[in-house]
Amino acid sequence: MKLFFQQVINGLNSGSIYALIAIGYTLVYGILKLINFAHGEIMMFGAYFSFIAAATMDMPFWFVIIFSMGLSAILGMLVEFVAYRPLRQAPRLSALITAIGVSMFLQNVSLMVFGADPKVMPRIFPNVVFNIFGIEISSITLITIGLSVFFMILLELFISHTKQGRAMRAVSENQDAAILMGINVNRTVSITFLIGSALGALGGILYSTAYTNIAPTMGTMPGLKAFVAAVLGGIGSVPGAMLGGFLIGMIENMSKAYISTTWADAIVFLILIIVLLFKPTGILGKDIKEKV
Amino acid sequence: MLKVKDLNVYYGKIHAIKGIDFDVKNGEIVTLIGANGAGKTTTLKTISGILKAEKGVISFDGENITRIKPHLIPDFGVAHVPEGRQVFAQMSVYENLIMGAFIRKDKREIANDIEMVYTYFPRLKERHKQLAGTLSGGEQQMLAIGRALMTKPKLLLLDEPSMGLAPILVDEIFSMIQTINGAGTTILLVEQNANKALRIAHRGYVLETGVIKLTGTSEELMSNDEVRSAYLGG
Repeated sequence: MKLFFQQVINGLNSGSIYALIAIGYTLVYGILKLINFAHGEIMMFGAYFSFIAAATMDMPFWFVIIFSMGLSAILGMLVEFVAYRPLRQAPRLSALITAIGVSMFLQNVSLMVFGADPKVMPRIFPNVVFNIFGIEISSITLITIGLSVFFMILLELFISHTKQGRAMRAVSENQDAAILMGINVNRTVSITFLIGSALGALGGILYSTAYTNIAPTMGTMPGLKAFVAAVLGGIGSVPGAMLGGFLIGMIENMSKAYISTTWADAIVFLILIIVLLFKPTGILGKDIKEKV
Repeated sequence: MLKVKDLNVYYGKIHAIKGIDFDVKNGEIVTLIGANGAGKTTTLKTISGILKAEKGVISFDGENITRIKPHLIPDFGVAHVPEGRQVFAQMSVYENLIMGAFIRKDKREIANDIEMVYTYFPRLKERHKQLAGTLSGGEQQMLAIGRALMTKPKLLLLDEPSMGLAPILVDEIFSMIQTINGAGTTILLVEQNANKALRIAHRGYVLETGVIKLTGTSEELMSNDEVRSAYLGG
């Protein structure tokens, strides 16, 4: 039983990171119908930016977070502007291949700039381990879950209660109708990339504080898993991405504990296949038939 | 109010609109009638900037709006109710109306205008919390018109409001168009249902494969033999 609860805590910990990254996939997909495969690399850059702020500038944690989220947001918007915007009217397959290209490009840029040797992330949060009924919970875990949930609530409030948030929903639902309402689609897409990339960067910071290693390829695996999470929850749905993230984190940790560490990743991807077979729209995916 | 001069529009390689001229005066209901593919929808989409004009000038209240980006057109006071309604299916009726007021900042006025739309279409008030995608076709059309009214337009472009609706609903929608016009909004109505359109319009233009074939007051068009045989069913 102790093992089980320990795994629940671990699952919430990695799940909240996956959820943060999955939101970026789902927001962009909702608006552009594009799987932004470069999103994992934004997360990786987020980790490097936080490393720069923490290790070389020796800044406090709140500055590290703002610095990294801000720069990553700019990077994300830049990627959209340079690589995706010219392809807005092109077939979605062209945009998808471009996204894979951008992903490789960013990985190589980081290899060039930061080098191939992994960097060690300095400790930006205090690490205290609490022992509650034999279950170990570190302060880093609590901060990870807390920060993730905080930003997810912020995002939900933004989407449902602000003008710009409503514009995002309108564009993702019906771009032509949104234009007729006077909504600037380009600006809305930029804001979507800004938010998705900033949250992805936060995922990168939390991931690198948990695993301490930062390398140019670090975005690939968590990026893919977060993508699986977004599909599991229902791509295009923000609550779906959050739910999917936590589920994937939980499944991964349970598999590690009860089945096999080496098979954990395979199990996560097996879930993707099963979801696509039986419920392609995901758990909270939209499947409402419109009346004509 | 709206003046269109020598408008030419291409749809891909097809020359869809071949140099048409027409105008809409303040306070009027003007209808563009014509068969499927005559270029009616293309004309409306070009006015609201979604399609680009190859040649020609569209001016509104004396300002040239031919090259204005589509999302800035509502600022001029032109609202477009698109073909097939295009309501935001995943948003509630109320949220759809709020979206209509996107370009406005006058909060109190917006609340008043939502009440105004509800008095035009009481059925929308009953369903204000319901998702727009679950409404019937007629209710969606009412919502699409209500949403466009929320931009506070001087000119309302209506694209086939009768499409796919039961005759009784068509009558309801058309009488509401007259009411809206009576309250001071100028209307450019595109319809395949020429009979109904001419009955509420002051003037009309007959569009045939991208050219204007005929124009006149509604009475003139309704008594014209060509129009009667081609569009009014004898």
